[in-house]
Amino acid sequence: MRKVRIRGLSRKGLLDISGKMVLSLNGAEMEAVKKYYEEQSREPSLMEMEIIAQTWSEHCKHKTMGGPVEYTRIDISGEEKKENINSLLKETVFRTARELDRDYCLSVFEDNAGVIRFDSDSAIAIKAETHNHPSAIEPYGGAATGVGGVIRDILGCGRGARPFMNLDVFCFGPCDTPREEIEGEVLHPERIFKGVVKGVRDYGNRVGIPTLSGAIIFDRDYIYNPLVYCGTLGIMPVGHIEKKVRPGDVIISIGGRTGRDGIHGATFSSAGLQEETDSGCVQIGDPVTEKKFADAMLKLRDMNLYEAVTDCGAGGFSSAIGEMGSETGALVRLENAPLKYEGLKPWEIFLSESQERMVLSVSPGSVEALGKILDAEDVEWARLGEFTSSGRLEVYYKEKKHADLDMEFLHGGLPRIKRKAVWREKPSADFEAGGISLAEAWKKVMGDLNVASKERVIREYDHEVQGGTVLKPLAGKEQDAPQDGCAVMPQPGSKRAVAVGLGINPSYGRLDPYKMALSCSEEAARNTVAAGGDMKKAAFMDNFCWGDTRQEEVLGGLVRASRGCYRASMDLGIPFVSGKDSLNNFYETVSQDGERKKVNIPGTLLITCAAVSEDAGLAVGSDFKKPGNFIYQVGRTYNEMGGSVLSRVSGRAGGGVPDLRPECSRGALGLISSALRKKTILSVHDISEGGFIAALSEMCFSGVGASVDICGIKLKDGEFSERESDLIKLFSESNSRFLVEVEPERAEDFEKLAEEAQIFRIGETTFDEQITVNSGLRGILREDIGVVKKIWKSQIDE
Amino acid sequence: MNKSKKAIVLKAPGTNNDMETRFALEEAGALAETVHVNSFAQRPGMLEDAGILVIPGGFPYGDYLGAGRVLAIFLKYRVMNEITKFIKKGKLLMGVCSGFQVLVKSGILPGKDFENRATLTYNDSGRFICRWVRLKVDSSFFWFEKMPEEIELPVAHGEGKFKGAQESAKGLIKSGRVPVKYIDNPNGSELDIAGITSSGGNVLGLMPHPERYLYDFQHPARGSRDVKVWGRLMYRNIVKNA
Repeated sequence: MRKVRIRGLSRKGLLDISGKMVLSLNGAEMEAVKKYYEEQSREPSLMEMEIIAQTWSEHCKHKTMGGPVEYTRIDISGEEKKENINSLLKETVFRTARELDRDYCLSVFEDNAGVIRFDSDSAIAIKAETHNHPSAIEPYGGAATGVGGVIRDILGCGRGARPFMNLDVFCFGPCDTPREEIEGEVLHPERIFKGVVKGVRDYGNRVGIPTLSGAIIFDRDYIYNPLVYCGTLGIMPVGHIEKKVRPGDVIISIGGRTGRDGIHGATFSSAGLQEETDSGCVQIGDPVTEKKFADAMLKLRDMNLYEAVTDCGAGGFSSAIGEMGSETGALVRLENAPLKYEGLKPWEIFLSESQERMVLSVSPGSVEALGKILDAEDVEWARLGEFTSSGRLEVYYKEKKHADLDMEFLHGGLPRIKRKAVWREKPSADFEAGGISLAEAWKKVMGDLNVASKERVIREYDHEVQGGTVLKPLAGKEQDAPQDGCAVMPQPGSKRAVAVGLGINPSYGRLDPYKMALSCSEEAARNTVAAGGDMKKAAFMDNFCWGDTRQEEVLGGLVRASRGCYRASMDLGIPFVSGKDSLNNFYETVSQDGERKKVNIPGTLLITCAAVSEDAGLAVGSDFKKPGNFIYQVGRTYNEMGGSVLSRVSGRAGGGVPDLRPECSRGALGLISSALRKKTILSVHDISEGGFIAALSEMCFSGVGASVDICGIKLKDGEFSERESDLIKLFSESNSRFLVEVEPERAEDFEKLAEEAQIFRIGETTFDEQITVNSGLRGILREDIGVVKKIWKSQIDE
Repeated sequence: MNKSKKAIVLKAPGTNNDMETRFALEEAGALAETVHVNSFAQRPGMLEDAGILVIPGGFPYGDYLGAGRVLAIFLKYRVMNEITKFIKKGKLLMGVCSGFQVLVKSGILPGKDFENRATLTYNDSGRFICRWVRLKVDSSFFWFEKMPEEIELPVAHGEGKFKGAQESAKGLIKSGRVPVKYIDNPNGSELDIAGITSSGGNVLGLMPHPERYLYDFQHPARGSRDVKVWGRLMYRNIVKNA
């Protein structure tokens, strides 16, 4: 058995080993390992080193966000303010659920997924993951296994939840980037885009879970390190939320076989991408195997044939068994693991991240009954050993012991390393749009890749499977008008629904990560409420993707964004129940003369909001329904052009990122929520990217025209010229705003409901298929719906 | 309960529309049971107790060898006698989406008179497509009883293009075996065929998904006009006529 010599080594020697073995452990961590083995008076085995590296990886332990940070904030005058953060996670997102103390939150940041109550008997599990590095080097396989992995998170939450919807969010470089502008041996964005979409499609469709929600962001800073977020929601009986491993339980693996694919996934994703990164770290997915064991496993769950379950994700058996047995102990016999092919070394079997595998903890008396059911459904299973009361992780291959680790050291021995973060306040400049005409700006905004229709992608995803889909990504008369959020009935026979909304905007984050977090959280909440979700039964989930957080300013942005999450959560009264961070999203090239060049992604935060809706029929959709109805703007517009789509298409910087004003927010969200429940509105669309004019245009894509007068929309704060005022009203992306359609005979009811929210009646829906915007007597914009729609629909196609 | 109201939903590894299909049948008054092909192969006699057999959609065995092909072979060589008996008795067999592909690739549809003369293949677009389509139905078929000429249902498939050899598409229409056609053909199906029946009319292969439309608020154009819940109505027709 191979040993790794570490005792007595200098820090440099230790770091050499960490680098050569792809352990991704730093100096202090290697020192802690050395100290442990010096105390044990022996050298670690190869397998032990791999187990420790996997367990301590950033991917598995979230060392940066969970660890201490020395944070320095430098204001515009250059004055420094230092503070010590003990744990970023504990002081921000983790705190929200405790402080808000909502009784519908059933499991928060404990398990594989967050769990909220659905009805008296069932609960909803919610989780999103990223699969960025695998998708960068092998887009199809990387994205497919991203989907497969997060589905297993839901299957492994509690004693197992049944997945009922997926969401997928991608950030890519622009597909028209000329190859010669891309440095290094990376795949072209178009190839990544196509591969990722196909991977998600083939896995999601085959496994029979509707892909209902998503977004695609195009930005040059993702050329070298694309982002692929995959999320899943599942439903489970409340009685299955708790799980407990007992000493004496048999360790049983079910599902796929183990091969050499995906070795070092956990450690590789915890470092930056480099030119020489090889695609053997990426796993190979098989959705039918996943579907098979999922069906069988849920049957076993309902028969109470196992005590606990965990998915094999990053780190494979090592991570699953190591975590499950962390409070007991485990004895593993690897020779029993079914293999894809011969020739795997024992440590490879233990660390492999081959897909579609779960680990069950089964009481010895249930093994036979369990095996029978698995056999009948063609699901392969194996006895891998048992959970013990030794407090040790002991791994055998045949007679030989390959690892014998103290669980306490393995899970608690990781040294806490203080990191430094800096945030420099930047002086703000006013936004100035230059000479662009309003009509030109409108068309450019509608043709912006991040606003443009994603129909080409959406149609390839089955968003109706399982039969519960209510509010789909596209709807309206022509089925091509975009919708806010989605709504789905997870339980056949019940009209109760789950509404889901997303918020992501790296353009805001570049300027102000704090306000990005505020705006993304509110956007997710707006979409959820518009889809019928009940704000009083809502939960948030965070997914941070950040660059190299060893750089103080990069980590400073992460501190700001986390604090924004906390503020938004408290202001909106929606707790965070689950989350995940993926750091080290950067790409490094080394030129021939040894010069290193690093490209970081912009700090990117995805906020997902999920809420229960007592009646699926509440979701009216975002498309205008009929001519002759009133159109209202809900909420006030501010001069907030920073990071807006207009600033991008006009190539102009400046302006502030949209802020969150708690009272306006609660007023607007409350109004939409009660108007939907009182059935006073026929359609509702939130105003977000592209501003008022993008929202109005999208509502007209159902083929119903609109004629509005923006003169009555009162701007807050400041004196503006006529042109400035037009630009702000049409293109500012202020939060807490919606457009709604109300039948004239319900207008009084609607206006009565609006006591606590600002509303402006701005016009009506029309028979002519045109979009007309006036300001008093001034005609500002007028165009056929068809012309605008064509621009919006023709950007993303093959 | 009347034996004929018993329904079996046949599920293979990779089938994924079984839950909603079973619910749609139950909602329409049937007593439905989901049966795994492995147990079905062990006790194919269970068909004698049922009046309805549905092969729901999904990706049985992954569809890597062509949609529905592996399950078709399984049926053909393991349980064909029992299925033939079931059909001869006039009991109802429906294959939806991948279930339709299974019926065609096992030769159950179009049937002996058109043997090996039809298939379902890749959409003209070369892409999977998920959307709602307008359909023209013939309400003289009990499957579509009491429906107007035009209805809407969702489709979701990559291989839904009906293709006949030797004028079989025309022949099927002539012999009254095509109860449902696309108005806005999403896949390039010959003569807009969206579903066909056996010569006896009691076997239906259907590309669109009636089980995905059981509530009015699922219709993508709800609110802009009155909509009827065609999927629910179709399952009622099936159970009523079983």
